[in-house]
Amino acid sequence: MEPENDKPQAGGPKREDPKTVDPNMAAPELEESKIKESPVRLKPVQPVMNARQFSRVSRRELLKVAPVLALGAFAIPRFQDSLLKKGLGFSDWASARLFRRAHLAQTFADADLTPFEKFPINGYDVEDPGVIFENWTLTVSGAVQKPGDYKLEQIQLLPRVRQNTRHVCVEGWDVIGRFGGARLADFLAMTGADTSARFITVACADDYYESLDMATALHPQTLLCYEMYDQPLSRKHGAPLRLNIPTKIGYKQAKYLTDLKVTNVLEKVGYWEDQGYSEFYGL
Amino acid sequence: MSGTAIDIVRTTGENSETVARAVYEHPLMVRLCHWANAISLFVMVGSGLQIFRAFPSFGAKIPQKDLLNWPKSFAIGGWLGGALQWHLTFMWIYIATGLVYLGYQIFSGHYRQVLFTRRDIPGVWPMVKHYFFFGPKPEAHEAYNPLQKQAYTAAIGLGVLSVATGLAVWKPVQFSWLARLMGGFHWARFLHFLVMWAILGFVFGHLVMVVLHGWSNFVSMLTGWKKDPDY
Repeated sequence: MEPENDKPQAGGPKREDPKTVDPNMAAPELEESKIKESPVRLKPVQPVMNARQFSRVSRRELLKVAPVLALGAFAIPRFQDSLLKKGLGFSDWASARLFRRAHLAQTFADADLTPFEKFPINGYDVEDPGVIFENWTLTVSGAVQKPGDYKLEQIQLLPRVRQNTRHVCVEGWDVIGRFGGARLADFLAMTGADTSARFITVACADDYYESLDMATALHPQTLLCYEMYDQPLSRKHGAPLRLNIPTKIGYKQAKYLTDLKVTNVLEKVGYWEDQGYSEFYGL
Repeated sequence: MSGTAIDIVRTTGENSETVARAVYEHPLMVRLCHWANAISLFVMVGSGLQIFRAFPSFGAKIPQKDLLNWPKSFAIGGWLGGALQWHLTFMWIYIATGLVYLGYQIFSGHYRQVLFTRRDIPGVWPMVKHYFFFGPKPEAHEAYNPLQKQAYTAAIGLGVLSVATGLAVWKPVQFSWLARLMGGFHWARFLHFLVMWAILGFVFGHLVMVVLHGWSNFVSMLTGWKKDPDY
């Protein structure tokens, strides 16, 4: 074999001529003065850099990556809480933008229902705050034309909706339940509520409290719920009235409702939110 | 080899002596995204595992059958509320980094260095023999060998899946079409968990390779330059 002949290529792309650079690969901006032609004629012509220049270039390139260290702000205790709060706030803002009032949560066949005995009960304080049903009313206040105390019978006069929907807990489990009640939108119409207001807030017999953005409050699947599995709400599940909101996480669906207010101002958002959980938490 | 290859010389008087060679391997954008992603991924996995600890199961709550007990000390956030803050904050950094990286790779054409294509299939088995069975070192024609391309292409695919499954878990109602594609909310949640483990598997293999390939190779992901490349 003649030594001048090229060895047959093993296959695959040719080894690149060092002088030619694949135009698709961006080379760094090297100052022209720092690259000289090699003085040795017999070697293939190769860009050359002085060792000290190379150190300088390396250091400069390293500094260019330094901006990543800005993420380290999250590790600094002084900034951590406020940064995380802003981050969560951004997530909530995005969630509110993504919410569509016309988009319905999935509903299920009766065969898909989780058996009632397997529907978990999460209490906040006690499992039964001892509501006395004879006296019970929902006290409505705020930006409404007809504030005052509403009895359950009045709420039950509104069209009843029954829906099989998924109830998602922030812990990570979910069940499919059957809920019945009046649309919150219908109730707000009955009280002459100002639906241009931003929020609904609710208070509960066990001192739990929550709030709801108006868009979700008006969603057709948001219910003032007084039934589960076609039976009146049991004590442990929030009798006589709770919220059922299949477009929201479980903790916003407050039980044992006693008060409802239409407002533009939130002093506190909700029990879990005030501890650091998401305020919007739409699904 | 990719990009500019240079000789590093030391000049004394009239004489120039080549002391090393160096190759510019990784553009700045790739390096920035790599490290931003490494940090984000660390936070996402750590906080994700803390979130998982709140209900470490994929079955019913009654009765609850836990899948595994992940230690609190290896999780980020301290409690469910804290973990969600980290997870729902860093998800945006993770997604933004991924989008910038993909955009850069596609528009610069640099993706050709990373993307595993049909042409790389013949090179896989020789590379496996070299890495795992002490076979001979195949001749290097490109910056990344076929196994590397396979690993990095898979890692990018897993990154995309981690976001897709995460979005389905985060918004099963607003992104109901996405959840449906995955087989429903339960499957989205389980796949999100599985993809995390696959990514961790990649990270483990990646770190082993980084250690095995030496300091100069590691430095190239910081400065872009690899000194004395072993081609």
